[in-house]
Amino acid sequence: MWDSFGFEFINFYFIPGLVLGCIYSLGAIGITLTFGILRFANFAHGETMMTGAYLTWTFMTLCSVTFGFTIHPIIAAVPAAFLVMLIFLVTDRYFYRPFRKSDTIKVVMASFGMMLIIRSGVQMIWGPNQLTFVPGIAKPNPVLKDWSSSIDLLLLIPNKHLFIFAGTILSVIALSYLLNRTRTGKAMRAVSDSPELAHVTGIDVDHVIRATWIVGGACAMAAGLFLAMDVQMLSTTMGFRMLLPMFAAAILGGIGKPFGAVFGGLVIGLAEELSAYPWIGDSPLLSPGYKTGVAFAIMVVMLIIRPQGLFKGRAF
Amino acid sequence: MDAGILLYVLSLLTVGGIYAIFALGLNVQWGFAGLFNVGIAGFAAIGAYTYALLTTAGSSYHLGGFGLPLPLGMAAGMVTSAFVAGIIGIVCIRLRSDYLAIATIGIAEIIKLIFKNETEITNGPRGINRIPRFWEHFSEERFYSSWPLSWFGTPESWEGFFDHLPNWWWQPFFAGTVLIVMLVIYVMLERARTSPWGRMMTAIRENEPAARASGKNVTARRIEAFVIGAAIMGLAGALFAQHLRLIEPTNTFDPSKVTFLVWVMLILGGSGNNRGAMLGAFLIWTIWSASELLITGVIDVLIYTFDGVDMGPLRTRAGFLRMMLIGLLLQVILQKFPRGILPEVRPASPKGIKTKSAG
Repeated sequence: MWDSFGFEFINFYFIPGLVLGCIYSLGAIGITLTFGILRFANFAHGETMMTGAYLTWTFMTLCSVTFGFTIHPIIAAVPAAFLVMLIFLVTDRYFYRPFRKSDTIKVVMASFGMMLIIRSGVQMIWGPNQLTFVPGIAKPNPVLKDWSSSIDLLLLIPNKHLFIFAGTILSVIALSYLLNRTRTGKAMRAVSDSPELAHVTGIDVDHVIRATWIVGGACAMAAGLFLAMDVQMLSTTMGFRMLLPMFAAAILGGIGKPFGAVFGGLVIGLAEELSAYPWIGDSPLLSPGYKTGVAFAIMVVMLIIRPQGLFKGRAF
Repeated sequence: MDAGILLYVLSLLTVGGIYAIFALGLNVQWGFAGLFNVGIAGFAAIGAYTYALLTTAGSSYHLGGFGLPLPLGMAAGMVTSAFVAGIIGIVCIRLRSDYLAIATIGIAEIIKLIFKNETEITNGPRGINRIPRFWEHFSEERFYSSWPLSWFGTPESWEGFFDHLPNWWWQPFFAGTVLIVMLVIYVMLERARTSPWGRMMTAIRENEPAARASGKNVTARRIEAFVIGAAIMGLAGALFAQHLRLIEPTNTFDPSKVTFLVWVMLILGGSGNNRGAMLGAFLIWTIWSASELLITGVIDVLIYTFDGVDMGPLRTRAGFLRMMLIGLLLQVILQKFPRGILPEVRPASPKGIKTKSAG
């Protein structure tokens, strides 16, 4: 029942699109939370993701050099996550907080400056060349391969992709628990909906802002980790490359709506990969070089026809 | 004076002048109209590529090489950049500041993507080289053997003439051309700023509803400012291409080196102030290029002191330290001196009545 056509579509376009979508989703959660709660577009988000991936690599390397055994990236990502949160909190304290009462545009400018500071910091510490995150070619999961070929639906999904799917699902479940069940999460949603009203009801806005950076930092770490696991390489431009699709995802889902961002991320990721599928004739619908343009096109159309996003986020 | 120092100063003036033109263009968009454009690299790339394709000699690597006169190429760079900005403006101008920033940075990336992928036209990542540079181009055979130089002498006599000149003879002329272009733009923008148009711009920026209520077409004026700024950036891009002589889409138009530096220049100099924009450009460019010399010098001393230590990695990474320091400088200016060195002066009304400057 699995003709070569469907096999190719699922394994080489749909699954990679979904993987990319998961990465965008996690990154976009942080962007949409900061946009919703602190009311500015954080241009430094992609760079922080990238820093997280570099820190993870450093902990992995340190471990293998000093103790002589390799650890899975996710273990190394735990200490890295704390550093990522710290980066967010420190930049907020020294570079964003002074502008909290002034024009939004100044914070945006400051975050634009942070983008360059963080990137050049990473380039200075780790050097401008690409690093190998996980060596080797990822083979498809053998169990899944055997089972799926026995029912004639051959699926070639490497372990790293299964891991990314599982990690994203767990992160989103944890996030939904946090936002819907905990006091801090509810306060975050309240501030996102209306900061004045939240303030009047006695919500500690500074506490909420700290929580936002911590949650955003955790998601950024996860996104950076999954991105590094997927491409297996680290480069200092990978954060910037993610930035635009993540903004697109956040805008598509509606600013201030974390689950909208997840949905938006999946849509953008799939749209980017599927745009290269030969829908008409034999050649790709859109040259793969223009993948990044797809996210942008969706974003601009969205901003013009429905600026509040699919899930009724805030519109300006 | 040592020719080396003279040439260094000339190159500072040339590149500083080109950046000053960028900063003037940005000043129209941000300083006058309050449009947060972070896609400077995109407009620079359009100007540079248009100029390069129109003026280079015929080549099999990219489209044309149409060999057109250089001023025509520069004008075309301006027009193309303005045209693209017009389309972008119609679509995006009503977006709020952060959204406009996201949109413009995206557009700049798309423009670069197009230049990278359309290899038939632009030679893709390998770029376009041998871009004719103003004045220096006269010593190329295809220019001295054609009009207007062919009126004044035979190709042979010109060849002999250029052979006798030192190989940097064009540098003072090129620097002068850049500075004259910059001054012309400055004078035009000063007139625009103090004209009713400029005052209307300030009104729209400071209080849009009031400007709208008094019957100003806010959207059209904003698009106007965006297009004028982009045209100036296109021209600067064309000059940038002449200065570099080789352009390619990724590293030449790296947003951190084009967009970001220009922003720091304008904010340091004083946004809204044309003189401030130029001052900031020369200041930052001098700091930028002098710090390179300084860091190289420090590393040389280190190599001399610690003999045999490999300073290669240090050398490659020192450039990033500069970028980081410039970033920190921006943060300091934003927090401590948000109005820049030369703060904006509100244009006086025609009768010479001084109004209070913007707060």
